[in-house]
Amino acid sequence: MFRFTLRRILQIIPTVVVVALLIFVIFSVVPGTFAASLFADGKRAADPQMIARLNEEFGLNKPLMERFVAYVTDLAQFDLGTSFRTRQPVFDLINDRMWASLKLAIVAMVFALAVGVPLGFLAAMRPGSVLDTVTMIGAVSGLSMPQFWLGLLAMYLFALQLNWLPSFGYGNGSFQNLILPAVTLGVTPLALLARTTRAGVLDVLNADFIRTAHSKGMSEIKVVRWHVARNALVLIVTTVGLQFGSLIGQAVVIEKLFAWPGIGSLLVDSVAIRDIPVVQGTILVIVLWFLVINTAVDLIYAAIDPRIKQE
Amino acid sequence: MLKKLTLAAMLSLSVATGALAAGERSGGTLVFTAPYGSSFATLDVQASPNTQEEFITQAIHRGLYSWNSIENKPVLELADSEDLSEDGTVHTYHLRKNAVFHNGKPLTADDFIYSYKRIANPKNAFPGASFIAVIKGADEFIAGKADEISGLKKIDDNTLEITYTGPINPGFPLMQNTTVIYPSNVEDETSFAKNPIGLGAFVFKEHVPGSQVVVEKFDKYYEEGKPYLDRINIVLMAEDAARDVAFRNKEIDVSILGPTQYQAYQGEDVLKDHLLEVAEVYTRNIGFNPAFEPFKDKRVRQAINYAINAPLIIERLVKNKAYPASGWLPLSSPAFDKDKAAYAFDPEKAKALLTEAGYADGFEFEVTASPNESWGVPIVEAILPMLKKVGITVKPKPVESSALGDAVTSNTFQAFIWSNLSGPDPLNALRCFHSKTQQSACNYTSYASPEFDKLYEAAQQERDPAKQNDLLRQANNIVQDDAPVWFFNYNKAVMAYQPWIHGLVPNATELAVQPYDEIWIDETAPARQ
Repeated sequence: MFRFTLRRILQIIPTVVVVALLIFVIFSVVPGTFAASLFADGKRAADPQMIARLNEEFGLNKPLMERFVAYVTDLAQFDLGTSFRTRQPVFDLINDRMWASLKLAIVAMVFALAVGVPLGFLAAMRPGSVLDTVTMIGAVSGLSMPQFWLGLLAMYLFALQLNWLPSFGYGNGSFQNLILPAVTLGVTPLALLARTTRAGVLDVLNADFIRTAHSKGMSEIKVVRWHVARNALVLIVTTVGLQFGSLIGQAVVIEKLFAWPGIGSLLVDSVAIRDIPVVQGTILVIVLWFLVINTAVDLIYAAIDPRIKQE
Repeated sequence: MLKKLTLAAMLSLSVATGALAAGERSGGTLVFTAPYGSSFATLDVQASPNTQEEFITQAIHRGLYSWNSIENKPVLELADSEDLSEDGTVHTYHLRKNAVFHNGKPLTADDFIYSYKRIANPKNAFPGASFIAVIKGADEFIAGKADEISGLKKIDDNTLEITYTGPINPGFPLMQNTTVIYPSNVEDETSFAKNPIGLGAFVFKEHVPGSQVVVEKFDKYYEEGKPYLDRINIVLMAEDAARDVAFRNKEIDVSILGPTQYQAYQGEDVLKDHLLEVAEVYTRNIGFNPAFEPFKDKRVRQAINYAINAPLIIERLVKNKAYPASGWLPLSSPAFDKDKAAYAFDPEKAKALLTEAGYADGFEFEVTASPNESWGVPIVEAILPMLKKVGITVKPKPVESSALGDAVTSNTFQAFIWSNLSGPDPLNALRCFHSKTQQSACNYTSYASPEFDKLYEAAQQERDPAKQNDLLRQANNIVQDDAPVWFFNYNKAVMAYQPWIHGLVPNATELAVQPYDEIWIDETAPARQ
């Protein structure tokens, strides 16, 4: 198990390196610079002297290869650089926002798990029933509705009409402020989990070993608990891993809409003004998060199903 | 038409100042929105040229001058009075004796010298350095050739002498966000980015990155009886739709409106009476590059102005949230010529001008445009059929906002559509058409007219404001005749405010930025206040 874990963790390193290189290359060739973005709204006249000073300060007039070497050297020392815009270390900026992002992603995922898995399970146990039909219609709707629209709908209903919850903001980190963005963000993984769980459970229910278990005289509860749930779990864990891993990246729209101070909105703002060190740092963190979650999923697989470890 | 528009603008001012009712009441929390992004770049506002940080500046900081929205001009802020030398270059400021920084330090001349040197320090590369450059000796200091700014002289703690490079109005550069005054007794300058200290009416309390900045009343503020508010939550809300819900739900006290919301709010009885409107100092335009052969000919540029029905686009697409432009300087400019008519919509005249210029069969050109709904690709798409009728084919070239700035300042465009600053200082606004201004500075259309230069240079030397404005008015009219751009519109900024909010002003420089120390909340405010 130790070697398996070590191998999975070491696989993260080359992926991070490739991603880091890609980000550097892409943002070195896209048009637009930080200095130009300062007057992009037309609210001030361009100042060539200021542009020259900023480009010099941030080393943007150095050759691409020289910048690349500096970037890789810093990265190897876990230094994400300094933001052009705030002149603060990128690590500090991400650190300021990371907890809000994690909180949002975790609560959204808990909501999706707590509602999606039981619904999918129950729907599979009673295929063709009203519950099954309603669950599947709900799941398809949840998958097809744009998050932005869903968020607005939730705001309109729960904030404006019912006045139960605040429509935006972080508040003082209160749970009330978290509910609307987390639920909106959790709807897509919820729908996917409900569908996947249903499909996985149905698949297991039709397997020979389930019939054997029934014919042995095992009670329904025991069959479900010992055979159905355990075997369907691999598919559910895969879906949870993929969804949880990508949730921080997906949260960009929700963070913008609900004025939630996560790293998604930091990334969008930084791309718009070409604050390249922040863009690079934020994307790296999102990718790293995805890889860590998926590595954890791999390890959980091995715990659930020993065959995977042997493979 | 223009007279009607000017009247409308004045009416807007009077409606807005109507919010300044008597009977100010102290106390309460104002929930103000900062709509231009999802974060504050820094709390060290000297380092940031962004409008977003101005929301913080207004609360925490003060500069030597400030903008008076009612008088529509910069006024002395940190000095009680000033003496002026005969040649108009030396200003002696008698500083406020009762002004105290939030860290307890009384304001002295040293703080100005320290702040202006910090802003101009070449190692800092701060955006405000270009404003400090109006002080004599600042250019040498910015270039690293001098240790001091020779034009700054401390007479005593409460008297500061500043020598400027010419007989300019220093109010415009020294009222900027980036030229505010910091205390000179803070050892660790980096702390300004996390813990700002100023002279403003509110003290910094808390910053939740990506969410809000909270400020609280400063008891030692120099204006007696002010501020009225106990606290302001400046919340970040970049999404129009989310702001709309929050405003209707009374969670926020003000909201800047886009064209669609403006139209919707005008149609609702509850909301339409609480809209503050002002003609802002931005001119939306399509700039023509004279390096592109057809645009060398003035008749072609004029033809485009005649061929486009700007009022129709403003009505249908911009939902009347703009005033048709008659020239470069906007309605609120003191040098605006209300008697000068805008280009009329006259396709026949456009065709005749094109024929005269040798383009009877038309030509094709590309417009570099950002996605902005009011001055971007949607507007270019709207002019396509109009120009097609006179034989001109237009191709939009969509780019991101930051790439638009790059394309324009590197002169790699045939035409561009943009919204550009055209005030409040008409002298500074028309600098962008002076032939000595670099293309990459703001003479984006490489405009050069000896007739214009003569008037502009005379205005630079003129110290009588009325005569100066008259010269600038004539210069502006020359620009209009030469049509280096298609004059589209002047932005009409609209702010919705809750009925219990008072003291908002029609700030033509940026409506979203309000003097917080003038704002008060009446007793009808909900319990959260």
